[in-house]
Amino acid sequence: MDFLGILSSSVSFILAPTTLAYALATLGLAVHFGFGGLLNMGMAGFMALGAYGYAIGVLTFGLPWYLAAFVGIGAAIVFALILGIPTLRLRGDYLAIVTIAAAEIVRLLLLSSAFGGVTGSADGLSGFNGPGGTITNPAEGAGGFDQSNPIPAGTYGFPPFLDNERIWYLRIVGAIILGLAIFIVWRLVNSPWGRVIKGIREDEDAVRSLGKNVFAYKMQALIIGGVLGALGGLMLAFSTNVNSSVYVTSLTFFLWTALLLGGAATVFGPLAGSIIFWVLQAFLGLLFPALAEVGLMPFSTIQASQIKFIIVGFALVLLVVFRPQGLFGNKKELTFVK
Amino acid sequence: MSSSTSSSSPVKSTGLHVGAIKPGVAKKDPILVADGVRRQFGGLVAVEVEHVEIPRNAITALIGPNGAGKTTFFNLLTGFDQPNDGKWSFNGKSLAGVSAFKVARLGLIRTFQLTKALGLLTVMDNMKLGSTEQRGEKLSASLFPFLWKKKDAEIEDKALEILRRFKLDEKKDDFAASLSGGQRKLLEMARALMTNPELVMLDEPMAGVNPALTESLLEHILNLKQEGMTVLFVEHDMHMVRHIADWVIVMAEGKVVAEGAPDEVMKNPAVIDAYLGSHQDIDLGTVTGRVTLPTLPKEK
Amino acid sequence: MRTRSTMRRRIARLASALSAFALAFGALAIAAPAQADVVNAEMPFKVSGNVQNQGKPVAGVTVTLTGAAGYTATVATDADGKFVAGVPAKEADYTVTLDETTLPEGIAVIDNPATTFVEANVQTVTVGPGGRATMNFFIGQGERHTTSFVDQVVQRLISGLNFGLMLALASVGLSLIYGTTGISNFAHAELVTFGAVATFGLVALMGPGLLWLAIPIALILSAGLGWGLDAALWAPLRRRGMGLVQLMIVSIGLSLGIRYTYQFFIGGSTEQLPGSDAERFKLFGSVTLSITDIVSMGLSVILIVAFALWLSRTKIGKATRAISDNPSLAASSGIDVDGVVRIVWIIGSVLAGFSGILWAYFRPGIRWDMGGQILLLIFAATTLGGLGTAYGALVGSLIVGVLVEGSSLFIPSDLKYVGALVILIGILLFRPQGILGRKERVG
Ligand SMILES: Nc1ncnc2c1ncn2[C@@H]1O[C@H](COP(=O)(O)OP(=O)(O)O)[C@@H](O)[C@H]1O
Ligand SMILES: [Mg+2]
Repeated sequence: MDFLGILSSSVSFILAPTTLAYALATLGLAVHFGFGGLLNMGMAGFMALGAYGYAIGVLTFGLPWYLAAFVGIGAAIVFALILGIPTLRLRGDYLAIVTIAAAEIVRLLLLSSAFGGVTGSADGLSGFNGPGGTITNPAEGAGGFDQSNPIPAGTYGFPPFLDNERIWYLRIVGAIILGLAIFIVWRLVNSPWGRVIKGIREDEDAVRSLGKNVFAYKMQALIIGGVLGALGGLMLAFSTNVNSSVYVTSLTFFLWTALLLGGAATVFGPLAGSIIFWVLQAFLGLLFPALAEVGLMPFSTIQASQIKFIIVGFALVLLVVFRPQGLFGNKKELTFVK
Repeated sequence: MSSSTSSSSPVKSTGLHVGAIKPGVAKKDPILVADGVRRQFGGLVAVEVEHVEIPRNAITALIGPNGAGKTTFFNLLTGFDQPNDGKWSFNGKSLAGVSAFKVARLGLIRTFQLTKALGLLTVMDNMKLGSTEQRGEKLSASLFPFLWKKKDAEIEDKALEILRRFKLDEKKDDFAASLSGGQRKLLEMARALMTNPELVMLDEPMAGVNPALTESLLEHILNLKQEGMTVLFVEHDMHMVRHIADWVIVMAEGKVVAEGAPDEVMKNPAVIDAYLGSHQDIDLGTVTGRVTLPTLPKEK
Repeated sequence: MRTRSTMRRRIARLASALSAFALAFGALAIAAPAQADVVNAEMPFKVSGNVQNQGKPVAGVTVTLTGAAGYTATVATDADGKFVAGVPAKEADYTVTLDETTLPEGIAVIDNPATTFVEANVQTVTVGPGGRATMNFFIGQGERHTTSFVDQVVQRLISGLNFGLMLALASVGLSLIYGTTGISNFAHAELVTFGAVATFGLVALMGPGLLWLAIPIALILSAGLGWGLDAALWAPLRRRGMGLVQLMIVSIGLSLGIRYTYQFFIGGSTEQLPGSDAERFKLFGSVTLSITDIVSMGLSVILIVAFALWLSRTKIGKATRAISDNPSLAASSGIDVDGVVRIVWIIGSVLAGFSGILWAYFRPGIRWDMGGQILLLIFAATTLGGLGTAYGALVGSLIVGVLVEGSSLFIPSDLKYVGALVILIGILLFRPQGILGRKERVG
């Protein structure tokens, strides 16, 4: 068993594009839930729109990648508006159910063969990061994300971060987006705007009685968090194909786990939580099958590779019960009010 | 300062009404007028107020047994609930269909029977939230601290001054959740004052507040009047009502059954009936009050 | 007066929301579905077949495959009359439908004597352990298999009722648990799956002949699971006074943990309970029903009536409603809240377990995430009725059931859940408290 290899592959997830994507979406959840008290259980839907919006922008509308990215972000904003208008007046638990339902609606529409010509239905979409172009005429490409990479071809870094120029470009782009996002969220939550949002989290009627337009604030929070989710989806789409089977309810739940790991009402918690989540996922996902292979675990390697999901579930339970403020949150500020 | 109220009785405003005293009597200068306001929950008519006027720059007490519809009436007036029927106006402006936050912006601020302190915000943040017209509360401006830092400092000064009056200044950096029940009531009232209201509606401000604090609360309410505000408050303790109210409105089973100056209204058979039913030999104060205040004179 | 104007405003709001939806996806709808002779080529397993008219290949015929977990694929036959579609799972059933309107004039699918299914243009194919299956269609002079609209409506209605009753079993339990404890229990899906998985395990242990015995034992095990979860997890958390949002997230974690535990033990494939291939018989016209459908609906009705009697007649049932109404009042009037909640968990689990068994026949098949597939519909039903009202959940379930099944008359069948979920959001727009729920008070 190559324990060092497992360790190094796991550690490489600290800077993986997927981790950055999770961190972005989890930051969005922090804006929604940690600061705004909105129980959004449909973050996967926002991510899906970000990813598909971008991919469809490139493949169907033939847009250059940076404009297509705005299609994804725009789709998330429209989704937030459509979702928010009927639901932001609802009680918290209703909101959770409606958001999860809305995210499923998005996924099913993307999966449906009715729109297969645009969404690729069950196949998903691919090839949108390449030279660009449309499904019908790839030659008309406007220049894809990969072509915007200024790093010369080659391998850079040192193990476990020894990677090619594409991975490095993804990391850099992801880190810049994430850094900006964290800075903006930090500014927002420490401003009077953030004070109102946190007040709404505690008791929206009290804030309303002070003359604040609670609905408008919730909508703004929903949109900001939703855009962060879309950026997460975008990040995933930059790094690989899009497929509706990724944007399932479990994805939202994993984001929640990452959020609660890091601390819901913190600005850096989402990043920390995502890193821990992914490094552990990778580590356990490699360790158990390796153990099973050498006979140290009485399961098949397939079974062993699934144990990590079981652990995620029960870890989420333990986390909420014993450390609701997250690993780095302030004990006093355990965001959970009744 | 704390014991001064009990020794000297406050100055009462008189001559608030026009014409013979009866439920719904017209006021010389009403700030709030409600007409035919009705709210039904299923088969239960919780509020059915034919006509009522609240006098400006006076302290009006709204009393009535539990379930009389006082809280529901508050909710209706402030836009937190919608009536099945009726109209009402504040400073002559109709409030029907106006949403709660817009009502508040017009200068009509209410507090809640079940205190709504914002637990995981500090006392100071609670206060600052009350302040109106903050540029930094706009999403676009919030990202640029230089646009709102100055205003924020001003708000902080004002908040400190009010907190000092309410003896909460030492707690300014604590989470509101760590305050006692009575302190939270005080905070809620202090926060309401940050909005510079014209009419303050307090739903049972004294409930759950210990006697020592009650006294200073009464004093604050009297101060509000001196500062030119109008107060409408719900209270069960007749001794306190008698002590500070200029006018009393009595509700029972959703209707206004009596109105009048505090001393007169207590003698009204309709009021005694509403509260006591057949046990008319008991003193009203001891039936409805939860706390007896030895320092307060029983009779003026 | 005022209420009417609010209503109008709300309708306008709904209309604008829906039209935005329509706009967003209408644009996508213009594009025609993928036409190719091979679809989903990257999927690990294959269903392929030939369409032949008296030995001659027929090209350009549209064939649609549907399977578990919302899988659908549409493929056209090539010049050799061949079609190939990748499918996601082996040891699973797929329905293969040949669209007769894409055949040349005057010919139709003719009955293949080997199949028992009534409509010869709709066939079921089982992808075995080998991961491959073939499905040939025989074309000839004959009647096309058109089903009259009325027949379709009746068929969908029956199916919807069956589905709705099954959902009701799960959702009244969920609703009761919500009413008494305030928990939005996401792990309810796993209680549903448990009934089916336990039955499957017992049948494997005792043999398919003892199905009648396996089901009651599975339900007893379900009761044990409900009891155990409450005793080990929920009751202690209740005592700690944990907030509702936390409880909800705990239930999400629990749901993930249990769900993947099932996958750990039974793997990712679909298994069948004995009798799932029961023959369908003609009711009238082309409306068909199988014996499992009838038994399933009958048992659901019996259980629901029994549950309603329990809730309205027995002391514990009444106590349950009292707690849902006002927990602190119930506690202060001497009701043993903890004891009643324990019973609610047990009953909720048994009902969910039973609905899982029925779901295994309705889908058909047992999978580790089968409960998760209908969790949202269960929530939709519960929410529609008004969270925490058991009768509301029943009404909501029937509405959702009929809606889901009925909607496939008008929209592609892989979008049938979408209709129900959109309606859920729409109804909450008008009645945020659900159909039978109460409005909360402020202040
Ligand atoms: N949201 C509501 N739903 C149903 N009944 C309500 C609601 N709010 C208040 N009520 C009922 O209306 C009546 C008046 O209540 P309330 O206004 O709270 O009385 P008060 O504040 O005078 O004690 C009571 O019988 C109460 O049960
Ligand atoms: Mg009240």
